[in-house]
Amino acid sequence: MDLPIYLDYQATTPVDPRVLEAMLPYFTEVFGNAASRSHPFGWDAEGAVEKARKQIGSLIGASPKEIIFTSGSTEGINLGIKGAIEMHAAKGNHIITTLVEHKAVLDTCKHLEKQGCEVTYLVPDTTGRVSAEQVAGAMREDTVLVAMIWANNEIGTINPIREIGALCHERGVLFFVDGTQAAGKIPVDVSADNIDLMCISGHKIYGPKGVGCLYVRRRNPRVRIVAQMDGGGHERGMRSGTINVPGVVGLGSACAVAEQDLEKDAAHSIALRERFEAKVLEALDYTTVNGNHEHRLPGCSNVSFCYVEGESLIMGVKDLAVSSGSACTSASLEPSHVLRACGVGDELAHSSIRFGFGRMTTEEQVDFAADQTIGAVKRLRELSPLYEMVLEGIDLSKIQWQSDH
Amino acid sequence: MAYSDKVVDHYNNPRNVGSLDKNSQTVGTGVVGAPECGDVMKLQIEVEGDTIVDAKFKTFGCGSAIASSSLATEWIKGKKIDEALQITNSDIVEELSLPPVKIHCSVLAEDAIKSAIADYKQKSSEGEAQ
Repeated sequence: MDLPIYLDYQATTPVDPRVLEAMLPYFTEVFGNAASRSHPFGWDAEGAVEKARKQIGSLIGASPKEIIFTSGSTEGINLGIKGAIEMHAAKGNHIITTLVEHKAVLDTCKHLEKQGCEVTYLVPDTTGRVSAEQVAGAMREDTVLVAMIWANNEIGTINPIREIGALCHERGVLFFVDGTQAAGKIPVDVSADNIDLMCISGHKIYGPKGVGCLYVRRRNPRVRIVAQMDGGGHERGMRSGTINVPGVVGLGSACAVAEQDLEKDAAHSIALRERFEAKVLEALDYTTVNGNHEHRLPGCSNVSFCYVEGESLIMGVKDLAVSSGSACTSASLEPSHVLRACGVGDELAHSSIRFGFGRMTTEEQVDFAADQTIGAVKRLRELSPLYEMVLEGIDLSKIQWQSDH
Repeated sequence: MAYSDKVVDHYNNPRNVGSLDKNSQTVGTGVVGAPECGDVMKLQIEVEGDTIVDAKFKTFGCGSAIASSSLATEWIKGKKIDEALQITNSDIVEELSLPPVKIHCSVLAEDAIKSAIADYKQKSSEGEAQ
């Protein structure tokens, strides 16, 4: 078994060999500009791009004409949210979102707040889920848009998108969904799920980095957005810039593979996740799985190991590529905003690790990962003054901690 | 983030892990930091005369915090109390090549030494008073 083992599938995924094979001719042989109308080089590139649009549409239940290519989900989020708000400024300026969004959504909303928009941030339940009732309660006359993550990138919690979408359509409010972690992993049908705008990213679904798309509904209602970049008017005027043809071919192919293997992939990831959690929970006390146990992304396991600090644990599982639930490795030293929003105390948020399993993960890797994690947690608990106090029967919440750091 | 070799060494082979009897008159205990900040250090010293004859630690925190406290126990063992009080966080930063974002770990280790010594001094003055 090769080490280290990659267990960070929510951060990115390797390109599936089938996807790479589909992409390769478009770097050298079919290199034309898809916007060139005057020669076969352009026509061939355009043909490949249109095929990709169909493949994506097929995965998410959209028409090819509703797919706008982007550089990835951050761009899709910026274009979808800012573009819709700018277009509908006359109707109002109120946005509803949640506290557990990706930074790209939260920072886009903050940007819009500076420009005069009002944003309501819904607080999820302790599993990270937001309900349609909460959204209904936050709606106002001037609400233009609801922007919400489908499957959370940190804890994997899946929101009731279909219900919230139905509510939005009933009230005539646009519904933007961050589908980055959901598309290709769980069933997505933009019609049945009542979605108006949704971003997807290639590299989260075994496609290439630097390419994604924004679904923009064309019927019932016809959604219009203002372009956020000026240029040649590509993508029906919504996103200028020469199309990344090999990337788009890769995204299309990744969607086709995901559609074909959806059930198999999900069953595989769920089995690995359950295997891992069963082993870890059996061997360790004071250990909990974060997120929603019923509505969860197949390959995501966010675990809190009480009394062990996350960054030291990541150092201890040196053969595993995982990420800390806390952003300790960044300069901020802030615990995860997602876990905080779920009401997980800072102390536990500092003790959380995300393990991500995917298409290429094997049982052997999972067993190794569980063993190394168990070993590291046990060793670090021997080093932990908190674990010692708890075993002595001391209530940590009653201690006056000395800290000004 | 890449850790220095010395941090990795202390993390993999921490020196002086454990606990001393906190009720003993010759033992000083310092507990600094807070769980919600992601670092708690417990450092204990055993003193004979004015010399630190033993030191033990337990730390909840990142690799740099573990290394800082491990190094602190290594340094103070065998030192006189006054010498131990001279150790500053910048000595620890330098020895472990800590990056700016980890300087607070060294500050905590210095605080832990001072807090353990203060606890010992308080105990011995109370002992004399009796």
